[in-house]
Amino acid sequence: MAESAPCFDEMLSADGSVRGAYSDYSDWYHRQDPGLMRRKGQEAETFFRKTGITFNVYGDDAGEERLLPFDMIPRIISAGEWRKVVRGIEQRVRALNAFLHDIYHRQEIIRAGRVPESLISKNAAFLPQMMGMIPPGGVYTHIVGIDLVRTGPDEFMVLEDNARTPSGVSYMLENRETMMAMFPELFTAMDVRPVQDYPRRLAESLAACAPSCAGSKTDGRPVVAVLTPGIYNSAYFEHAFLADQMGAELVEGSDLRVVDGRVAMRTTRGFEPIDVLYRRVDDDYLDPLTFNPTSRLGVPGIMDIYRAGKITIANAPGTGIADDKAIYSFMPEIVEFYTGEKPLLANVPTWRCSEPDSLAYVLDNLAELVVKEVHGSGGYGMLIGPTSSRKEITAFAAKLRARPDNYIAQPTLALSTVPILAKSGLAPRHVDLRPFVLVSPDGIQITPGGLTRVALKQGSLVVNSSQGGGTKDTWVLQD
Amino acid sequence: MLGRTANGVFWMGRFLERAENTSRLIEAGFRMALTRDLVTSQEEWRSVVATVGHTKQYELYNATYTGIQVWNFLLRDRHNPGSVLAMIEGARTAARAVRTALTREVWEAVNESWMVIREALARPVREASLGQVLGIIRRQAMLVRGAIDGSMLRSENFNFFRIGTFIERGDNTARILDVKYYVLLPSLAWVGSRLDNVQWESVLRSVSGERAYRWLNAGSIDPKGIAEFLLLDQRFPRSLNFCLDNLRSNLASLAHQYGHEISAHEVLRGVSSRFHESSIETIFEAGLHQFIQSFIAQNRQVAQAIEHDYRFYA
Repeated sequence: MAESAPCFDEMLSADGSVRGAYSDYSDWYHRQDPGLMRRKGQEAETFFRKTGITFNVYGDDAGEERLLPFDMIPRIISAGEWRKVVRGIEQRVRALNAFLHDIYHRQEIIRAGRVPESLISKNAAFLPQMMGMIPPGGVYTHIVGIDLVRTGPDEFMVLEDNARTPSGVSYMLENRETMMAMFPELFTAMDVRPVQDYPRRLAESLAACAPSCAGSKTDGRPVVAVLTPGIYNSAYFEHAFLADQMGAELVEGSDLRVVDGRVAMRTTRGFEPIDVLYRRVDDDYLDPLTFNPTSRLGVPGIMDIYRAGKITIANAPGTGIADDKAIYSFMPEIVEFYTGEKPLLANVPTWRCSEPDSLAYVLDNLAELVVKEVHGSGGYGMLIGPTSSRKEITAFAAKLRARPDNYIAQPTLALSTVPILAKSGLAPRHVDLRPFVLVSPDGIQITPGGLTRVALKQGSLVVNSSQGGGTKDTWVLQD
Repeated sequence: MLGRTANGVFWMGRFLERAENTSRLIEAGFRMALTRDLVTSQEEWRSVVATVGHTKQYELYNATYTGIQVWNFLLRDRHNPGSVLAMIEGARTAARAVRTALTREVWEAVNESWMVIREALARPVREASLGQVLGIIRRQAMLVRGAIDGSMLRSENFNFFRIGTFIERGDNTARILDVKYYVLLPSLAWVGSRLDNVQWESVLRSVSGERAYRWLNAGSIDPKGIAEFLLLDQRFPRSLNFCLDNLRSNLASLAHQYGHEISAHEVLRGVSSRFHESSIETIFEAGLHQFIQSFIAQNRQVAQAIEHDYRFYA
């Protein structure tokens, strides 16, 4: 469909005129020498290789490192557009945290009949161990990534909530560094809101959620550490980058142990307690004594310490229940239930294949729909009807019939486009946007911009890095 | 600082040092082969492999000691766990795992070295390109050292890197001297006899000491003088005494930061005082081979104490 359906282009309107947010940039771009722009693109690639900004792709040879393709044309969002997005995200993130608190306490939303009980109790992301427990600071999702797509001038929709361990923020920061190094004059001429203070804000936000015992040995300054699965993890670069930028220790499971009722890291001077653990390890691997017993990535006994209130785990275990794709379809009700307001950001219409009527509709219309696994991520295991062959669709229908409750379906959206620098010059490509949100008892902060992912293939709607997508720097303009 | 991080920085230092020393050994062997007949040069290459301690592994896959076999084995053979390529990969993996302990400059230098050397060693190295490849390795090693010197805070990280470097360097120099002496000088009675000057020069070359030695000794090549130079001269950056001094000062700095010493400090004091009390005459009297062997063992003991007492492993 993508080729024929009219898509909203964020730079050019239908008559070919340049939209407001892009007018200064467009003037600048048309003064540049095209050959020079292409050379700058190659420079950027060498730069990324040298600095080691790579990601690992699962399924490839272990340790194979790839670059995330970077496109030099910025995605630009006006101050007015951004204000609306911010209000919508704040509301949604407030609702997500209230929902998590409720699910792990009185479950009012289930009693009220707004969300079916089975969706919670039968969900692998629901952790009974979290029942009745209030995380330090009362925060469940310290770091959230809300994936947005745009379909029109004022139409931003939420495609996905990432309430577990959203990744990609290091690309947002490095993309900006790269752009500032390559085109300093643009930043002098245009009022682009900075993103560089994200690591500092993250550190502050995490410290603000520290448990009451924090800082006992460090003059009150909470000890923050980033827990990584290690150098073969696809996001290792990001873990190291964030730890480095925050001045925090980057730890692995083998560095940690429970000592004297605290989670402590093995240093050259002995074991030192950690107050806040920004973990980039999934719930299941966090504690072999509580969850997956074969895990070597976590810390045996950390859940006991957590429940005793002696460490903050960010994000809290069990937050996955809020970003499950089946729960997603209930988000409008969830937002309304906890905030008493209509959702400011729309959901993409979603058919839950677990419901017989929906399943029948989805099976009849597979060629027009996008079907996703409820627990899937990274663009794996999904069907994009319009670009799939009849054979692929038939095969997928069989999987769908076999396990309908494993799938949801959505219409194929006319995702907005932003130009990339192609061989022949500017060419429109589909994009999405992941703004990064920090939550602490002090409030909700949203970095102006975020990670724009772009499908580099003409017409493609899949922006995932694991499926050949790239990224762009995202500019939010000042008023 | 995490014990695992100290371990990573320590081994990054050791791997880089070993890669550099291996390439210097090859350089000396190559130069030697150019000026000698085939038989002598085979002996030279045999001693190069013996020096790095991989004779067994080498002979599993090679029947002869030709130059091209040996340098490819030492540079890039996947059957050789101590090849330059394996060392650079090890250093880069270690650096990647402890990225937060390194400055951006250091990480980029290590990463770039890995990319450049991996490319240079992607195919077997022919005689015509050996010089160029060895030059690349030497330059990259200097680049990393320069980045560390110029950008890293003089804290624990730096100390552990230096400790790894000097443990490895001391070990390497000791091995060169031991193997060469074993080959060139089977008994004390030989001291002072007319010996093959070219071979002695190759000993000096493999530690980049030929010019310094000549300058200090007005050009005369004498085995005892060379041994003294490599063992005791505190001015020469690859002598055992120099390595010990640096090891001591870096360990002292750790003790100062941590407020207490570990067993390695005591072991090292013993080794150092033995060095300071020894002259080349007393060393020869007691037996050079024994002296070197005991140094290697104690050097290893220091390394093990450091790994244990600073909690490198869980």
